[in-house]
Amino acid sequence: MALELDVATLHYSQVNRKLREEIEKGTKEFKLIGVNGHRYLSAGISADIKIDIYGTPGLDLGAFMRGPEIHVYGNTQDGAGNTMDDGKIIIHGMAGDVIGYAMRGGKIHVYSDVGYRVGIHMKAYMDKIPVIVIGGKAGDFLGEYMAGGIIILLGMFSQYPERPIAGLFLGTGMHGGVIYIRGKIKESQLGAGLKPYALDSEDEKTIEKHLKDYCKDFNLDISEILKEDFIKVIPYTHRPYGKLYAY
Amino acid sequence: MWNIIERAKSISGCGISGIIHKKGKLISGEVIIKSICCQEERGNGLGAGYAAYGIYSDRKDYYALHVMADDKTALEKVEELLSHKTFLIYQEPIPTRKVKTIKNPPLFKRYFVKPKFEGELAEICDELAEDDYIVNLVMEINEKIEGAYVISSGKNMGVFKGVGFPDEIAEFFRIDEYSAYIWTAHNRFPTNTPGWWGGAHPFTILDWSIVHNGEISSYGTNKRYLELFGYKCTLLTDTEVVAYILDLLIRKHGLPLKVACKVMAPPFWMEIDEMPEEEKELLTALRVIYGGAMLNGPFAILFAYNGGLVGLNDRVKLRPLCAAEKGDVVYMASEEAAIRIVCPDPDRVWAPKAGEPVIAEMEPGSIPNQKSYLKGRTREVEDNGIGIRCRYTPLFTG
Repeated sequence: MALELDVATLHYSQVNRKLREEIEKGTKEFKLIGVNGHRYLSAGISADIKIDIYGTPGLDLGAFMRGPEIHVYGNTQDGAGNTMDDGKIIIHGMAGDVIGYAMRGGKIHVYSDVGYRVGIHMKAYMDKIPVIVIGGKAGDFLGEYMAGGIIILLGMFSQYPERPIAGLFLGTGMHGGVIYIRGKIKESQLGAGLKPYALDSEDEKTIEKHLKDYCKDFNLDISEILKEDFIKVIPYTHRPYGKLYAY
Repeated sequence: MWNIIERAKSISGCGISGIIHKKGKLISGEVIIKSICCQEERGNGLGAGYAAYGIYSDRKDYYALHVMADDKTALEKVEELLSHKTFLIYQEPIPTRKVKTIKNPPLFKRYFVKPKFEGELAEICDELAEDDYIVNLVMEINEKIEGAYVISSGKNMGVFKGVGFPDEIAEFFRIDEYSAYIWTAHNRFPTNTPGWWGGAHPFTILDWSIVHNGEISSYGTNKRYLELFGYKCTLLTDTEVVAYILDLLIRKHGLPLKVACKVMAPPFWMEIDEMPEEEKELLTALRVIYGGAMLNGPFAILFAYNGGLVGLNDRVKLRPLCAAEKGDVVYMASEEAAIRIVCPDPDRVWAPKAGEPVIAEMEPGSIPNQKSYLKGRTREVEDNGIGIRCRYTPLFTG
């Protein structure tokens, strides 16, 4: 049975203090209601807990956290999953800018659209491979300076029919990791030197594995998603700016 | 609302919020206070302010000058100038409350005036000439009378701003007692410029008001450009230039609102290259002609005028902006939470695209002296016998 907390009148620091106290006591499941703009919720928490959030959590949801599984029944603001290390954030609405900034492990699933600069500076090491799956569309600078990890962009559950699936400068300065995109994008949207490639069988296995998990979270049919072909964007060199200052 | 327990902190980013009722119904000041205070964390107590439209309906045809002054002498000098240059029908101190945390505030008075033209000019009574007269008057006071600043000068609107958190400034200026059909508010975290009363947002000229989160790194270029047209930047804050750029581009040069926004936040050349020929030509011309009015640096701004509220981001969205609507009311704010606290279930919430303005204009005929800037202004060219003279037709009024 989840511990229900109405946080409408509490400052975020009070909410986080309460969460940590309860985790100390052994509480594993939480339900936060009345959430509106509370920053840093679950930030830095290392524990295998589950938090259901009702409302609009504030900036940097789950920043630096290691382990928690957060379900957001609403939209998130900017910076969700900032430098998160492990765990999962499942967003049932849309998400703001800079989601998964410098993320180094765990997963972020967004049902609908995301803002600008999502997944920038993502990194990976050994078996720690962060994953962001976006059901809607993304703004400019998706995966900018990406050093590792996986971004999957579907463009399916978007409220912006007039916008392209991704913005400009996609993967600019990317030197590791991979971005999978359902459908096509114009090469002019990609960062300098990048090209879209067709998937190989390894890619297909990777996509299927992560999409199965994604579909489970949102009760979706994977066969619908796989009806369309994907392309992938990968770095063309390990050091895209290696010669920038070497005249 | 949260009970704020700790104010000593150094995390930042200004906060902005705006509300407009598209049919011109009045919205209580308590709504905007609640919205901006939800973004408490975005400021550091060094500035907050509010712009309210529709608050002086009894004197709606007079320019309402809100004057901030260091002392009585400065006020007297302003009053002397006003007695020569304007028809002054009413004046009063701006009502304030005592707030413990606000120490030694400046003096605030409001004056309701009409221009007093001299000589031949007395015949002219078109709106553009009257507006120009007031712009010059504001520039003169701000530049020449030491310790006195006009912080707003539009008809049927006013700005209330100072050094403090948004709740303190609201308490000080009794914002809860006003009702307006457009509100904007700001919570300041000054970065490059001093946190003083005149430097708080909104910045204004005539009925233009603007609140801004970000930095305008092109301030120097913009300032020099504006000086060519007689605007004087005296308030020591980058945002001031935006108010004058809006006045120049839209009121003086008659550019449609969307085009003016493309001047301030132009697309990249690589985007222009891919546009259809006609659009490419327009955007190229704008970048060439109005290079000095381009805003460089990160920004999310809200600006308002008698009839509309507009949100605009820099072209790569380096500052947050969220918009929502419910029925006839449109909301824009730095954070979605600032909207949801006053409108928990909007019909639509969206994230505006970088460089694309969100324009919420009132339905025609909603308010007195209503303006619409969706279309550019047509020009009449008159031959007055001596040479060709351009005269603008009056602005659309609802």
